[in-house]
Amino acid sequence: MPEEVSINPFLEEVMAIPGGERLKSCIQCGTCGGSCPCGEAMDHTPRELFAMILAGMREEVLKSNTFWFCVSCYYCTIRCPQEIPITDIMYRLKRLAIRAGYYTASITGFSETFVGQVETYGRSFELGLATGHYLRHHPLQSIRMSPLMLGMVTRGRLSLTPKRIQGIRPLRAILRRAKELGGAW
Amino acid sequence: MRRYAYYPGCSLERNAAAYDDSFRAVAQVLGIELVEIDDWNCCGATEYFSLDLLPAYALVARNLALIPPDLSQVVAPCSACYYNMYKTDKNMALYPELARAVNEALAAGHLHYEPGRVRSRHALEVVVEDFTPEEIAAHVQNPLRGLRLAAYYGCVTVRPASRDDPEYPTRMERLLEALGATVVDYTLRANCCGGHMTQLDAETAYQMIYYLLSNVTRLEVDALVVACPMCQLNLDAYQGQVNAHFGSSFHIPILYFTQMMGLAFGIAPERLGFGQEMVSAEQVLEKWRNPPPEEEPAERRPRREKAGLPMPEPLGVGRG
Repeated sequence: MPEEVSINPFLEEVMAIPGGERLKSCIQCGTCGGSCPCGEAMDHTPRELFAMILAGMREEVLKSNTFWFCVSCYYCTIRCPQEIPITDIMYRLKRLAIRAGYYTASITGFSETFVGQVETYGRSFELGLATGHYLRHHPLQSIRMSPLMLGMVTRGRLSLTPKRIQGIRPLRAILRRAKELGGAW
Repeated sequence: MRRYAYYPGCSLERNAAAYDDSFRAVAQVLGIELVEIDDWNCCGATEYFSLDLLPAYALVARNLALIPPDLSQVVAPCSACYYNMYKTDKNMALYPELARAVNEALAAGHLHYEPGRVRSRHALEVVVEDFTPEEIAAHVQNPLRGLRLAAYYGCVTVRPASRDDPEYPTRMERLLEALGATVVDYTLRANCCGGHMTQLDAETAYQMIYYLLSNVTRLEVDALVVACPMCQLNLDAYQGQVNAHFGSSFHIPILYFTQMMGLAFGIAPERLGFGQEMVSAEQVLEKWRNPPPEEEPAERRPRREKAGLPMPEPLGVGRG
């Protein structure tokens, strides 16, 4: 067999995660989109998006809102007749879109605030997360959210101070090393 | 005494303390010893995988590596925590290049995790797989008689890794029945609660929550029983927001299955975190304290009136 030459570097890029090569076998059946609880809000259904990936439409795909509306419910993943790990492909597309600079802070800001806390404290801090994210990205909504926040605080469900783990230094060292090693993923 | 490593996860420290308290109380009754992982860190929920893959796996692997060598199972009550541990272990076993990279990162913190060493399990799975319904029923002191409940699983409790049916699970129903409750049948039990969508696009999230709550309201249940702090938060804390948004008037208490187990086991509601829910469960407790009188079994009506028309008899089967 002649050596395979990639005619679709974008497809290769998307598939470059453990198990990702199954994306090539998509038969465009549409089970994924039909199963998606957020399909209505997406500008392209997952099926459409996979056709676009197979057509090498890198910019259109990475600018799409599809994967940002993925809530990781895994319905598509278990129903896909070709056993494509669709949820993991969606995570992959999120990462590629961030690296390409195609995203809006109000969408990715939540993940970034969350991860920032984990890297600072080793645990997530829900009050800081919710208030920080809302104030920065949805200032008007944060007023409407205040009864919820107050109710949660009075019921003792939100801590007022973050908790730092003992081994935060070794954890940071682990994450730093992982970032160096896993650049392409 | 069964021993498991215990990973409570960030939600159970505060927001879902009711889940933590009730699970620990119920575990004690069942003879489960929970050994909390020392100095555990956040599992990254669904957020870290969106930003950076290898640190996301390394973050979870640190917790797995911290599990003492004499323990081979870890139990997590939060569905996201449970699935992240399951997924990390499974993918490290499946993809050696991933395992190598994760362990190289862990080495920076003088840790190592051998894939396959620890089996990750959801709290619901432990309760229904390691104990038979009869064993559970043997601990019931105050049956949940008269309570009409809907079991709600959400996503990753059953998908993609559980041995229950990923679309039509039934194990929580069987558990609640063993506790004496009446359980309703409905199809949305494994639909998504919206996950983190309340933070990204509230309109979409509220629609998902509305869809679920309106369906459950029609079933006239006393409470919706969950097995995940994310589901509880979305359906309970945001119920008021959803009512304000759609002009609806839902009032469905959202309780953890461990709280229901605790009630049935005779543990005081205060020890089970009752009162922390945003949508008050006072009516549920009221009904549980004053169960309806036991109904007399209705007299069976004969299937066919003796004086009715004669029915054909199968050939050769004469009446002896």
